[in-house]
Amino acid sequence: MKITKDQVEHVAHLARLSLTEEEKVQMTKDMEMILEFADQINEYTFEDVNATAHVIPINNVFRDDEVSPSMNRDVLLSNAPSKENGCYTVPKVVE
Amino acid sequence: MKTVLEMANQLKNKEVSSLELVESYLKRIHDVEQHVNAFLHMDEEAIKTQAKSIDQRRARGEELSAFAGIPISIKDNICTKDIRTTCASKMLENFVPPYNATVINKIQSKDMILFGKLNMDEFAMGSSTENSAFKITRNPWNLDYVPGGSSGGSAAAVAAMMTPLALGSDTGGSIRQPASYCGVVGLKPTYGRVSRFGLVAFASSLDQIGPLGQNVEDVALAMNVIGGHDAMDSTSAPVDSLDYTAKLKESLKGKRIGLPIEFFGDGINVEVKDAVLAAAKEYENLGAIVEEVRFDLSNLSLPAYYLISSAEASSNLARYDGIKYGYRTPEFENLLDLYQKTRDEAFGKEVKRRIMLGTYALSSGYYDAYYKKAQQVRTLIKQEFDQLFEKYDVLLTPTGPTTAFKVGAKTNNPVEMYLTDICTVPINIAGVPAISINCGYDQKGLPIGLQLIGKAFDEQTILNFAYQYEQHANVDKRTVTIG
Amino acid sequence: MAYKDYEIVIGLEVHSELKTKSKIYCSCTTEFGGDPNTHCCPICTGMPGTLPVLNGMVVEYAIKAGLATNCKIHQFSKQDRKNYFYPDLPKAYQTSQYDLPLCYEGYVDIEMNEEEKRIGLTRIHIEEDAGKLIHEANGTFVDYNRCGVPLIEIVTEPDLRSPEEIRVFLSKLRSILLYADVSDCRMNEGSFRCDVNLSVRKKGATTLGTRTEMKNINSFNFAVKAAEYEAKRQIKLIESGGSVVQETRRWDEAKGVTISMRSKEEAHDYRYFPAPDLMPIVTSDEEIERIRQTIPELPDVRMKRYMEKDGLSLYDSELLVASMKISDYFDQACKQTKNKKVLANIIISEVFSRMNEDEKELGEIPISAENLGKLAHLVDANVISSSIAKKVFAIMWEQDDDPEIIVDKEGLKQISDDGALRQMAEEVIAKNDKVVQDYLSGKEAAIQALMGQMMARTKGKANPKMVIDLLKEILNTKK
Repeated sequence: MKITKDQVEHVAHLARLSLTEEEKVQMTKDMEMILEFADQINEYTFEDVNATAHVIPINNVFRDDEVSPSMNRDVLLSNAPSKENGCYTVPKVVE
Repeated sequence: MKTVLEMANQLKNKEVSSLELVESYLKRIHDVEQHVNAFLHMDEEAIKTQAKSIDQRRARGEELSAFAGIPISIKDNICTKDIRTTCASKMLENFVPPYNATVINKIQSKDMILFGKLNMDEFAMGSSTENSAFKITRNPWNLDYVPGGSSGGSAAAVAAMMTPLALGSDTGGSIRQPASYCGVVGLKPTYGRVSRFGLVAFASSLDQIGPLGQNVEDVALAMNVIGGHDAMDSTSAPVDSLDYTAKLKESLKGKRIGLPIEFFGDGINVEVKDAVLAAAKEYENLGAIVEEVRFDLSNLSLPAYYLISSAEASSNLARYDGIKYGYRTPEFENLLDLYQKTRDEAFGKEVKRRIMLGTYALSSGYYDAYYKKAQQVRTLIKQEFDQLFEKYDVLLTPTGPTTAFKVGAKTNNPVEMYLTDICTVPINIAGVPAISINCGYDQKGLPIGLQLIGKAFDEQTILNFAYQYEQHANVDKRTVTIG
Repeated sequence: MAYKDYEIVIGLEVHSELKTKSKIYCSCTTEFGGDPNTHCCPICTGMPGTLPVLNGMVVEYAIKAGLATNCKIHQFSKQDRKNYFYPDLPKAYQTSQYDLPLCYEGYVDIEMNEEEKRIGLTRIHIEEDAGKLIHEANGTFVDYNRCGVPLIEIVTEPDLRSPEEIRVFLSKLRSILLYADVSDCRMNEGSFRCDVNLSVRKKGATTLGTRTEMKNINSFNFAVKAAEYEAKRQIKLIESGGSVVQETRRWDEAKGVTISMRSKEEAHDYRYFPAPDLMPIVTSDEEIERIRQTIPELPDVRMKRYMEKDGLSLYDSELLVASMKISDYFDQACKQTKNKKVLANIIISEVFSRMNEDEKELGEIPISAENLGKLAHLVDANVISSSIAKKVFAIMWEQDDDPEIIVDKEGLKQISDDGALRQMAEEVIAKNDKVVQDYLSGKEAAIQALMGQMMARTKGKANPKMVIDLLKEILNTKK
């Protein structure tokens, strides 16, 4: 399965990964190799086979509508790389 | 090497104190850890403090759990409150979770001693622990060789006798394969048996936490602690808790073992094949009936696995964006820059590869050809197992096609690395339980593992088969010498 | 301008917050407001290893909303991940529903220009809300309090044909959701949001034109204005030879225009796949029935009842069903009187205006339904006139007493004694020669002055109809 550099760049953007030119070359090779391997699946068609998303057949896993105390904000934000006034901060976003 | 029961009895009868017990392990760690490098993090003072407190409570006559004072070490993708949990990634190098994984709560409720955090492949993606961002763990049986992965630290620590028990996680073989490379016992429970709450997600529909230990009974005992339904995990099976040791000693007479021939073909190393077939003979001696069976979809399970797991991983790892926790790139011009640089700088090569593959498999135009197809293969594999388990109690295969390989040997070819999972991956896809135990050593002195696969929720049977082999078969029981 | 040669085609996407106490996947509170990041936990902030567990009430409310809007229910339903990067989305995916929404193929009937029109609903599905971004000069601040608040997304078919229909539809939808008690629908608090999809085409064309999507719409008015502006903009563009670009546009209230958000807009590839951490939702027929039983009589049904059974006008009926509390109040009060029109009148003219004056909320009517009903009955039975009823009402508003007791106590009973009134009428006529002469010479209105004197003498208690009839009768003998 041939992959173009454009495709690699597009997928990298969807995944928010910035690859260097070198990395793009290597990634293209790697992806081609992996996809060739994955393409074994495409030699088959499975007409009437359902796709299984969950191996255990359980349904309706619900919780009650009860409120529990939220986490203390300082603890919640303790791992935040950048914070101010109780908020996480990011570069200014234009909407 | 004492078993967990023996240690527990000694502690209960005060023949040995908790402090003495942990100190004996700490001494072992001081002797050999420099060669093995299994641990990422360990707080000796905290360990000794906890041990002393247990001794004091015992001295006061307090009734303690049977497991009180038994050390257990934890793979570093399982969240431990107030203790760094890195997933062996630069992305979480300084992440300190303010919550415990459910299994940690269970361990702590039994007063087990949380012994340290163990090295792994970054975000559990890998088969050798070489993908750790921090260090390479070595196989205690030969330090030039890998311990397997992704729970390489767990297997190596147990094999090197630095901890009696360890927890690992298994998505495509990550407990069983390193267990086999390191000659220890490793169990992947049925999907849903052990809560995933607090296990940093790799592939949500495949991941399971499981125990590693020196012998089958120890592993079964560990399951008694960590198993059980959890309301915090929607995928947790709503079934009753089991005593996993209950059927260990049952006779194997008349029980049926299937040998899927596809797992004994050309791709499997001859020594491994011979050792596992020899084990099959041992089972016959124990009264079991062994028959060859077919497992037709074995060739599709690896591609299906890599598509499903990468797709889920690409979504599960999208949260690492430099905003809420974890690594954040120091210089950036705007939001996009922040995202891209953070993820590029803090994720290793294999993680990036899987994210790319997963993103591609889910992307517009490719979903049907890749992800959906893989989920269809999943249905068929599950059906195949269901059919086999109507006739057989367990299936027996090698855990992997080879024994451990040299550090650096497979790092240039991702697909070659993926092929080491060929025997373990179908089990995760179907969600059934499987255990790896040692069945010999190759000419290089490296352990060979056999795998017993059971039907869903039937851990007791595979533990039974494993135990009986361990206790009665003509097994080579060597001790490891390190350094 | 060739405006009238074009047909405007509008579809709406409405997001309504469900009024559960706790969030959709964790037990943090859904309370509005609060200091940033004080209604959060590791689950709703997407910390590593955390897992979601679905709030069962969310499913119930969503199905309830679907049943109240005539939807079919997908008895096998699931949740899916919608993947994209944005700082207000902590997990970098939103758990939503893709191909098996809980509800589908429903409709809401509205009245436009005295004609009934059916607006189709394509689907209603559940999803989690994202956090809030606060933009300052020096950066953007992220507050996750709102993350994980449960939403239903209601998507209409492109059945609306004018901006004004948007207002009528949204009012109706809001009313239904309030009756079903699944949402507070407070647009100003963000619990009821609307995006407008609009395209135009030449009248008679069968294919749809390219549509644009308008966001940042905070009120029904803005929705109408934005649609009006956008329709004109698109028509102008087409008429001048251009073509409409499919894009997202922001409504700028200050400038009164829609502005392209094209720089933000890249074709999103959401890479939907079934949420692996959440199990399917299977709803039985019995469960659907049980939920259906919890839906109160909806506004449309009540209006029909008021108009057909109680003989009320369309206008009055609409006013009464505007709030379920008022409608329930009316229904309660109805038990005390046969004359629904009188009762409706009292509520609409007296209760509503008093509520406005005193700035009372709907829950705060100080007169019990029973007493108000009795008041209506007294008027209907001619025990008091409607003008006396106003006096009694005012007294009841201050103190919720049985109106019969008040009438007795204040001596407000209507005077309907023929003898007494006749004697009084003779006296008034005798004393007002000029007015009488005016009336007899053809000025019909002059009788009002005589009427006024009768009412003054009786302190308003005379039965007005009897008075008029008596006066006329006596005057006629003088012709």
